[in-house]
Amino acid sequence: MAPKRTAAPAATTGPVPAPSPPTMPSASSSSSAPAASSSSLLSSGPKTLTQNSSIYDIAHTVWQQYLATTPQRTMLLDAFMGFLVLVGGVQFVYCVVGGNYPFNAFLSGFCAAVGQFVLTASLRMQTSAATSSSSSTGGGGGGAKGKGGKKVVKGDAAEEGSGGVSAERAFADYVFGSLILHFFCINFIN
Amino acid sequence: MAESPLDVLLKGNSGRTTRGLLRIIILATIAAAAVSSRLFSVIRFESIIHEFDPWFNFRATKYLVSHGFESFWDWFDDRTWHPLGRVTGGTLYPGLMVTSGVIYHVLRFLTIPVDIRNICVLLAPAFSGLTALAMYFLTREMATSPSAGLLAAAFMGIVPGYISRSVAGSYDNEAIAIFLLVFTFFLWIKAVKNGSIMWGSLAALFYGYMVSAWGGYVFITNLIPLHVFVLLCMGRYSSRIYISYTTWYALGTLASMQIPFVGFLPIRNSDHMSALGVFGLIQLVAFADFVRGFIPGKHFQRLLTTMIIVVFGIAFVGLVVLTVSGVIAPWSGRFYSLWDTGYAKIHIPIIASVSEHQPTAWPAFFFDLNFLIWLFPAGVYMCFRDLKDEHVFVIIYSVLASYFAGVMVRLMLTLTPIVCVAAALALSTILDTYVFAKNGPNPRAKANEDNSDGLRSTRKPDVGVTSYLSKAVMTSSVVIYLLLFVAHCTWVTSNAYSSPSVVLASRLPDGSQHIIDDYREAYYWLRQNTEHNAKIMSWWDYGYQIGGMADRPTLVDNNTWNNTHIATVGKAMSSREEVSYPILRQHDVDYVLVVFGGLLGYSGDDINKFLWMVRIAEGIWPDEVKERDFFTARGEYRVDDGATPTMRNSLMYKMSYYNFNSLFGPGQAVDRVRGSRLPAEGPQLNTLEEAFTSENWIIRIYKVKDLDNLGRDHNNAVAFDKGHKRKRATKRKGPRVLRTE
Repeated sequence: MAPKRTAAPAATTGPVPAPSPPTMPSASSSSSAPAASSSSLLSSGPKTLTQNSSIYDIAHTVWQQYLATTPQRTMLLDAFMGFLVLVGGVQFVYCVVGGNYPFNAFLSGFCAAVGQFVLTASLRMQTSAATSSSSSTGGGGGGAKGKGGKKVVKGDAAEEGSGGVSAERAFADYVFGSLILHFFCINFIN
Repeated sequence: MAESPLDVLLKGNSGRTTRGLLRIIILATIAAAAVSSRLFSVIRFESIIHEFDPWFNFRATKYLVSHGFESFWDWFDDRTWHPLGRVTGGTLYPGLMVTSGVIYHVLRFLTIPVDIRNICVLLAPAFSGLTALAMYFLTREMATSPSAGLLAAAFMGIVPGYISRSVAGSYDNEAIAIFLLVFTFFLWIKAVKNGSIMWGSLAALFYGYMVSAWGGYVFITNLIPLHVFVLLCMGRYSSRIYISYTTWYALGTLASMQIPFVGFLPIRNSDHMSALGVFGLIQLVAFADFVRGFIPGKHFQRLLTTMIIVVFGIAFVGLVVLTVSGVIAPWSGRFYSLWDTGYAKIHIPIIASVSEHQPTAWPAFFFDLNFLIWLFPAGVYMCFRDLKDEHVFVIIYSVLASYFAGVMVRLMLTLTPIVCVAAALALSTILDTYVFAKNGPNPRAKANEDNSDGLRSTRKPDVGVTSYLSKAVMTSSVVIYLLLFVAHCTWVTSNAYSSPSVVLASRLPDGSQHIIDDYREAYYWLRQNTEHNAKIMSWWDYGYQIGGMADRPTLVDNNTWNNTHIATVGKAMSSREEVSYPILRQHDVDYVLVVFGGLLGYSGDDINKFLWMVRIAEGIWPDEVKERDFFTARGEYRVDDGATPTMRNSLMYKMSYYNFNSLFGPGQAVDRVRGSRLPAEGPQLNTLEEAFTSENWIIRIYKVKDLDNLGRDHNNAVAFDKGHKRKRATKRKGPRVLRTE
């Protein structure tokens, strides 16, 4: 997503999928500041990769990059997501191995894990500035055009690509979505 | 300018509030128009439930209101599908009944004592007003000018394609489902635009409501993933799409599984698989996008290729394994019939026999949509001009819905909303171009600055239409079209869609209205003259009405869940009496009800539907019932002298024409539907006796005779009775003749 802020309109069509780093004000919410550093790190990124490095090397580099650049809070979210994947995986394996007898229960458990995972992923996207690069490749104006709707919160410096939702709003939405999710799950679990 | 006071009102800050107020007033007026245009039938006839399915919904609603929600949920109905019964609570979409139940209790709470029947009758018009509002919101998301929204709302309010399913008394699932459809799409567009979890969750909630209300929810289930898929293919992935789609899918799927009738379908049925597939796909895309943030493009390419190969390999193997092991159910029959219009006719006659599942005839498009249908492509073209995410949605929706509307008549209903959106887009663009062209100052002002000393013609660039003549012509023609549209809608609504079909209206020669009320006459006869548990056999079309109006158990009804049972009834109707009677006895049938329009010229009668009974029965018993036997050697379907013996011996034929001759002089009996003269001698009925025939002979009810007291079969007993009578008659006659001469 191209940066929403009117202060940096020139940064929308950069060939490198990274936002212009220096425009991040210090008053931004806690998650966006490290992200800015992440992109600056990226532009000067580690040169350990050669053209023919193996898949494993690349993956390793990605991991290193991730560890180096992700802020603490986002990592917490990631850990939670990892945990959810684990929970979902365990349930699925049990379903395959141990039979799916209370199918309702399995489904609601599994759906709770999956649903919570995607909600958390959404929250992460909304709060973390790292995603700001996500849609800058989606056709020059594709991202910018899609934002025709009225934005609820304007002028917050922390606003980022995901439709300009502030961190607080994103968290409120997250709670709302989770409440609905778990209401359905409990109703469905029998 | 003369309009200066108006200008003050319409410009600036106070102008905005004025416009807002005007908009609210206009919307309220539109909603009022939408409601009132659907009241023709109430005014002309009375506050009555229409047609067939609404009678079941009405009955279920009454059950819900009187027994409460819990027992409604667990309702096992032993008064339908005798001897099987029906797990009604688990095999219906409860949204409609629950909605009216809630309204009923709220009104009761407000101490407004309203009859539940009136709520049911007026629910559809009320929701159509809401649909117009939802339409306004949806279209406003598509267009910059709010006039498009208002136009769309107005179109939606009165377009016959929607009115056809939402007149007062048409208490069917579609009554609320179209509102939910439009509103869900609005929320979805909102979610895609904003990328917020909240809008996604709201969309999921309304999607859940939609699932609880109408089987057509599958349309949403496939349309939204398709939208996302197309956006992904266009390279428009963004976190907004991820957030809105995953939220919608995760919550919406769970919500849809809460409905017992839907149950595990969303993860089992292939109709729902595209949503799941896109869900998986968008996870991968999101992950790939996430990883791309960390490494330069070249390496990312390689990583991506590896990932794609691995993932697709696993997915393909998984799909094959699941399909082979039968975990994923095959596609449902209705789905196949969507793609192959001949499919249903060959494989599932029960689906093909429903008139609303027939392919649409071309005039129907114009009839139902009038001038919107030719504005529709223009509107879609407008969407191509600035192709934002929501416009992609409009395009996909219109393509899909156009196809489906061509396949099945009743899917015209899903086409109507998008036609309204597209037509409103096109029309508002036209109006804006011609009416407001003067106010497009940007290019001209700029041109004036640049070429102030240039040629006169260049000083006034031709942007927009400035001539008053063309403006007037264009605007007036649009107004004329709009007026014609309104006239057409009113005419169609009043003439085509406002008949309850339970009560028929006809015109006497002097022009006054004559009400033909045979249905209710017969059903009330049943209600008052038969035992409470007398089983009524009729063709399934009338099952819901018998259940609703006569309150008697039926063998089959419009919920066609058991094809074999329906085929049994079809077999009983289409076989000889000797074959039918044991079937009737086995199923405890006390009365048989047939609909006969021969006297009045009422074409929707059972003889005209008879071939479907034969076909459905033939599907189960191909050896005993053969469709060919009901046609003459020349392939004609006849009821007169030329009718085949199979036809003339079938129970349906006999019941329809029994005693019909006695109304006419000898050899004069004419069937006014088929337009054919009947054989001089009417059919004989041995195993049934006529119990009731309504005023215009539309409904004929026969009582199934008990076994003979002396153990004879009915043929012999009737023959004996006749012979006996004839002897006595001649005996009595003889002496009288002698004496007079």
